Amino acid sequence: MALVLNEEQRLLQDTAREFLQQRAPVEALRKLRDSRDATGYDPSLWREMCELGWASIILPEAYGGLEFGFAGLGLVVEESGRTLSASPLFATGVLGASAILLAGNETQKETLLPQLAVGELTLALALEEHHHHRPTHVETRLAAEADGYTLNGEKCFVLDGHSADQLLVVARSSGEPDSSNGLTLVLVPRDSAGVRCTRTVMADSRNAANLQFDQVRVPAEAVLGRVGEAGPLLEQVLDRGRIAMAAEMLGLAKESFARTVAYLKEREQFGALIGTFQALQHRAAQIQVELELCQSVVLQALSTVDEQPQQLPLMASLAKAKLNELAKRVTNEAVQMHGGIGVTDELEIGFFLKRARVAMQILGDTGYHKDRYARLCGY
Amino acid sequence: MEQLETFRTEVRQWLQDNCPESQRSPALPEEQYWGGRSGSFAGEDARLWFERMHARGWTAPEWPEAYGGGGLNPQQARVLKEEMKRINARTPLYSLGIWMLGPALLEYGNEEQKLRHLKAITGGEIRWCQGYSEPGSGSDLASLQTRAEDMGDHYLVNGSKIWTTNADKSDWIFCLVRTDPGAKKQEGISFLLIDMATEGVSVTPIELISGESEFCQTFFDNVRVPKENLVGELNKGWSIAKALLVHERKLMSEMGSESPRLQVPPTAAARDYLDFVDGKIADAQLRSDLVDYEMQMQAIGLTHFRCFEEKAAGVQSAAPLVMKYAGTEAEKIKSELLLAIMGTRGLGWEGESFSAAELDTLRLWAMSKAMTIAGGTSEVQLNVIAKNVLQLPQG
Ligand SMILES: Cc1cc2nc3c(=O)[nH]c(=O)nc-3n(C[C@H](O)[C@H](O)[C@H](O)COP(=O)(O)OP(=O)(O)OC[C@H]3O[C@@H](n4cnc5c(N)ncnc54)[C@H](O)[C@@H]3O)c2cc1C
Repeated sequence: MALVLNEEQRLLQDTAREFLQQRAPVEALRKLRDSRDATGYDPSLWREMCELGWASIILPEAYGGLEFGFAGLGLVVEESGRTLSASPLFATGVLGASAILLAGNETQKETLLPQLAVGELTLALALEEHHHHRPTHVETRLAAEADGYTLNGEKCFVLDGHSADQLLVVARSSGEPDSSNGLTLVLVPRDSAGVRCTRTVMADSRNAANLQFDQVRVPAEAVLGRVGEAGPLLEQVLDRGRIAMAAEMLGLAKESFARTVAYLKEREQFGALIGTFQALQHRAAQIQVELELCQSVVLQALSTVDEQPQQLPLMASLAKAKLNELAKRVTNEAVQMHGGIGVTDELEIGFFLKRARVAMQILGDTGYHKDRYARLCGY
Repeated sequence: MEQLETFRTEVRQWLQDNCPESQRSPALPEEQYWGGRSGSFAGEDARLWFERMHARGWTAPEWPEAYGGGGLNPQQARVLKEEMKRINARTPLYSLGIWMLGPALLEYGNEEQKLRHLKAITGGEIRWCQGYSEPGSGSDLASLQTRAEDMGDHYLVNGSKIWTTNADKSDWIFCLVRTDPGAKKQEGISFLLIDMATEGVSVTPIELISGESEFCQTFFDNVRVPKENLVGELNKGWSIAKALLVHERKLMSEMGSESPRLQVPPTAAARDYLDFVDGKIADAQLRSDLVDYEMQMQAIGLTHFRCFEEKAAGVQSAAPLVMKYAGTEAEKIKSELLLAIMGTRGLGWEGESFSAAELDTLRLWAMSKAMTIAGGTSEVQLNVIAKNVLQLPQG
């Protein structure tokens, strides 16, 4: 019954909702933005989230995890989309944890995962080198030396890249710049000699950075998985990320839509509630239709991670493409239906609008995933 | 026709001789000259350019010379506009007075008002803002509540206006006020000009989602307004308000045809930010979105031209009524398209990792959301088309 939440999952979701709405509402993001907070999130709050087990939902118990499955993580991420909470949940809890779990050897898992679970280790996946998502377009080079490797290259749009303790860098050991063969995943402490980090202030007031690697020394133990063979594992990590981001966008869409519907029931013009105007009613109803469809897609995609890995690429592209479109549509309508107040910074709708645009670019825009879906289906 | 071509040659030469090189590129917000008591020029060239244009009456090319205008006919004004666009000449004076209030005063103002206010507008001395919307009256503008009471020798104004663009930088405000609370809502409204330096007027800026703060709430607390500031007849302000809205909507419908500020046109952005294979944009989705937008813009451009020719020929059609909707909706599509084309480079909020043009593109994207709300929302535009053009039964 992948499409209906069980008792435990509902409980997890309720707890997450309550916690986030009290401790990390949109107002908290506004404060981080306005104070130009250097970390971009509240580390003590992240500790608390870790105490609730959010960093370790998908980890096996052996490594200090909850072993609750990806579907559970998705529910928490969805709630964080409602509140636009800034935290390492996506970069560390989804991408970082998945990468180590899927690619790491036993020693790496035993040392890193328990730290990650309690909030002592944050991670950032340094992948992109282009302003459009191109996971195999990697020119950052990992060259073998007598006693390890050296890393040279540049990365952009690294989520949490300015704050994470360690960077999971996708580098090329061999092959042409756009080949999926020859990729290697290495773990590099952010404070290593030769790592230069420039935080980029993005529209959504969340955290990203551009990184430069200049003759960075990487010991052999820092390689995750096999040299030159990270391609297929990386795709799995990215698909998990895409699905989690779709879950976040579902939460974002639900919340901005709920606020808009509430406004339709409250604002009066022409002596009537604006919600009585059929021009608005039908558009709102159409969004409800899409929301229902997208809800099913996200639930199915989340449980695919746990139950049907062979369907993962297709479901990830379906979920990311559909939710990109939904998030764009809902946030645009939310602004429009609020009228003048909708374009003020005071109303929180603008935060949803801006986060949606960034989320739409994370791990593939709509066109990327439509094209991938079609290719996977053979047309 | 021949005369027009002679005029074109003359204009081209004059612009060549008089438009400073630095004024031949799109102006950033801080480079625009808006006039007014507190207005300032971004530099000596901007001042020179404004003064030269003003001396020819070309800050308001079509207004009569007696009011500081250029006395051009519509065809000549169009030629001037085209020639300015050809060399990217900046607008010498940005002004709501020129775009909105002026045309209404020319039609409804008395001679004294015209002489007093129009010259101050063309000369950039007084900056105007628009006091229509109120917290409770947006789409339903006619329900407005700001009151002006007849106190014998003056009006006493009380109430507040909202979303008043640039009220904090303006000298005067043209307002819709209720002068007959008993009458049907459209019949108790008057059009009043108010000096914002008058005691009792105050403004609070409101920040926009673009991070800019260009609109305000404007409060009127027992503000005494001389009776001579009433435009047109008492309680007949609604017709003036509507006539002015026509100018506002025309203006807004045309904003998309020019690339404002640093924003690059989508086709140019595609060349800079996308891969081409065999001369085609490799990303099929973006290619298709781009061509949709480009075709729509060409159709809009042609319709603007048709509106102009119809007006000159005295022909009426529905085209002018659809342009605000078409233009501002296309502007939103353009902004979304630019973000999609630029990918993560189009998502920067501030900082040196992004070019000035990239940052401006994002801010303009945010502002594009406001354009289908300001000046009458898209929904209101569609209601007008359904009612006035299609004459559909009204519920
Ligand atoms: C950037 C900006 C600048 C502005 N500058 C000025 C200015 O300088 N001076 C000034 O006076 N005003 C200004 N305005 C105000 C503008 O005119 C109003 O915001 C606009 O008329 C909408 O009114 P509202 O904001 O009250 O929205 P509302 O009227 O409350 O509308 C809310 C939603 O309901 C919809 N709606 C309302 N009635 C209907 C209906 N009958 N059928 C279907 N849908 C309906 C609207 O379309 C909108 O989607 C500005 C607005 C913006 C955004």
